[in-house]
Amino acid sequence: MMRDTAVTDGSKLLEVENLVVEYPVGKKTVHAVTDVSLHVDRGETLGLVGESGCGKSTLGRAVLQLRRPTAGKVMFDGVDLTQLQGETMRLMRRRLQLIFQDPIASLNPRRRIGDIVAEPLVITGLTDRAERERRVRAVMTAVGLDPDLAMGRLPHEFSGGQCQRICIARALILEPELVICDEPVSALDVSIRAQILNLLEDMKRRYGLTLLFIAHDLAVVKAVSDRIAVMYLGRLCEVGPTEQLFARPAHPYTALLLEAIPVPDPTVRPAVNVPIGEPPSPIAPPSGCRFRTRCSRADRRCADEVPPLRAIGPGQFAACHHPLTTAA
Amino acid sequence: MTGRALLSVERVSVGLPTPRGHLLAVDQVDLSLAPGRTLGIVGESGCGKTMLSRAILQLLPKRARLSGTVMFDGQDLVRLAPEALRRLRGPSLAVVFQDPMTSLNPVLTIGTQIIETLQAHMGMEAPAAARRGVELLAAVGIPAPEQRLRQYPHQLSGGMRQRVAIAIALSCEPKLLIADEPTTALDVTVQAQILDLLAREQQRRHMAMILITHDLGVVAGRTDEVAVMYAGRVVERAPTPALFTSMHMPYTEALLAAIPKLDSPPHTPLPAIAGRPPDPTRPLPGCSFAPRCRYADDRCRSAKPPLAPDHAGSLYACWHPLQPPAALGT
Repeated sequence: MMRDTAVTDGSKLLEVENLVVEYPVGKKTVHAVTDVSLHVDRGETLGLVGESGCGKSTLGRAVLQLRRPTAGKVMFDGVDLTQLQGETMRLMRRRLQLIFQDPIASLNPRRRIGDIVAEPLVITGLTDRAERERRVRAVMTAVGLDPDLAMGRLPHEFSGGQCQRICIARALILEPELVICDEPVSALDVSIRAQILNLLEDMKRRYGLTLLFIAHDLAVVKAVSDRIAVMYLGRLCEVGPTEQLFARPAHPYTALLLEAIPVPDPTVRPAVNVPIGEPPSPIAPPSGCRFRTRCSRADRRCADEVPPLRAIGPGQFAACHHPLTTAA
Repeated sequence: MTGRALLSVERVSVGLPTPRGHLLAVDQVDLSLAPGRTLGIVGESGCGKTMLSRAILQLLPKRARLSGTVMFDGQDLVRLAPEALRRLRGPSLAVVFQDPMTSLNPVLTIGTQIIETLQAHMGMEAPAAARRGVELLAAVGIPAPEQRLRQYPHQLSGGMRQRVAIAIALSCEPKLLIADEPTTALDVTVQAQILDLLAREQQRRHMAMILITHDLGVVAGRTDEVAVMYAGRVVERAPTPALFTSMHMPYTEALLAAIPKLDSPPHTPLPAIAGRPPDPTRPLPGCSFAPRCRYADDRCRSAKPPLAPDHAGSLYACWHPLQPPAALGT
């Protein structure tokens, strides 16, 4: 059964162009994000996957200007966020919100839930107490919490799943257009994870949201995304429509990630050809294609030339000199 | 169960005093494991799977109260003297924990930690132990093992640290390895490598293994038998293929259904399990899963179902099993 996917009118809400994020460690430089370009259409969910340290969270933070990019543009609804300063950026941030991985750590343990959820309204200058409470109650009900029971309590009285509901309520209260979800279910148990994923899908429809969904678990990303972008060591490897990417991955790294997922079916033998090794350091990334040190298809050209993102199929692009599937 | 059991856990319960009252973390669990076999223990946070593994290892918090017997290789570990237990851990019983950063000592080199284990348990001299350390690190897939011996845990990635923890656990050729969420902190590609490594070393050494995880995907292809725990009890236990093809417990079914499937199209609503597990300090009179179960009736809420076998020998604790043992009595 397919859910009616929300309003995608094909206009780009977010466009990241040639984004570079670097930061110094001692005398060296961490190349966290290197020359990444991608877009998210209005009403769409773009899944962003990759292993720890691939730069996916840094990219999310750079979109929000929580970490200023070294180079490149972040166009949000036609405005380049990298050019905004102070008050204009603050005003713009109402339209972009972030949900973090650890729902318990992202709530102030000494404040009551009602105040935590109302905080964005206070910050943005809504002084009418009655109106604030009305909106807090509405958004808490929407995320499946009983405002009468929850508003007066402290975060420690709630489970991880309920804390994530509170974080979602706080992110939605300003009715943002784009929500960046950074590993929102990684810290949750399987049964609770499904509740939160379903809630995010419901909220997306109800509030007409556009989502950038960052996660390392491809099965989770598949459940919610219209398109998926795969990152490796700071670079974009492949991007494409979800089902197409799963059926015909073009980049060997995408194929490796797919193969490594443990399938809950004992008749499926676990992958045996997952190569030994881990991503190299982003301080000294390999020349050319950054995946080449773990890739069975790598040759001289992969070391010499950075592979550009090339069209593989409708909407599918891969940055590989020797893709597993090629344009028909 | 084929063959003589290496480990046999009988009626083990673990209780903990807490400010909110007595917490029954493990409730009357029976398990057994033959040499060379792998048992998966699956359950969500707080289901008692880690407490059960600590009860087997006799590594429970001091205030915990343990009852029952843990027969390992002919001895009851519950009644064994601390000195005898210490001699057993390492050469007979070894463990790999979830977080390799906290299970390794941050101020000692990798080499010191491996070498002292070999000296303490295997009576090796330092030079021989160092040579063995290099062999062990190479066996678990660590490149340049001689250099790694001189490094500290913080100089290694999470996956490499977990390989070191496995090398230390394997160093004394244990008969039983307990791996408690060994890959939960790791990336998927590294997870696959570590699980492959454990499976390979297990076969090579004919070692028994208990693989504790919250992920049914992890146990599916890599265990002989699976025990599903919920609220401190084993609620279903079956050979792995039988568990996945003919599960009886609605909880197991719900847990499997809640995992996003790779072959479902995007935006497929997930059949989530409503609610959450019961408060372990407030045990329910009936089935612990009843408040979240769609098949539950009055009987489920008032009487605890026993762990009973079906016609094929799979065990389940449910008044309304999904596939009733039809062949019973024939």
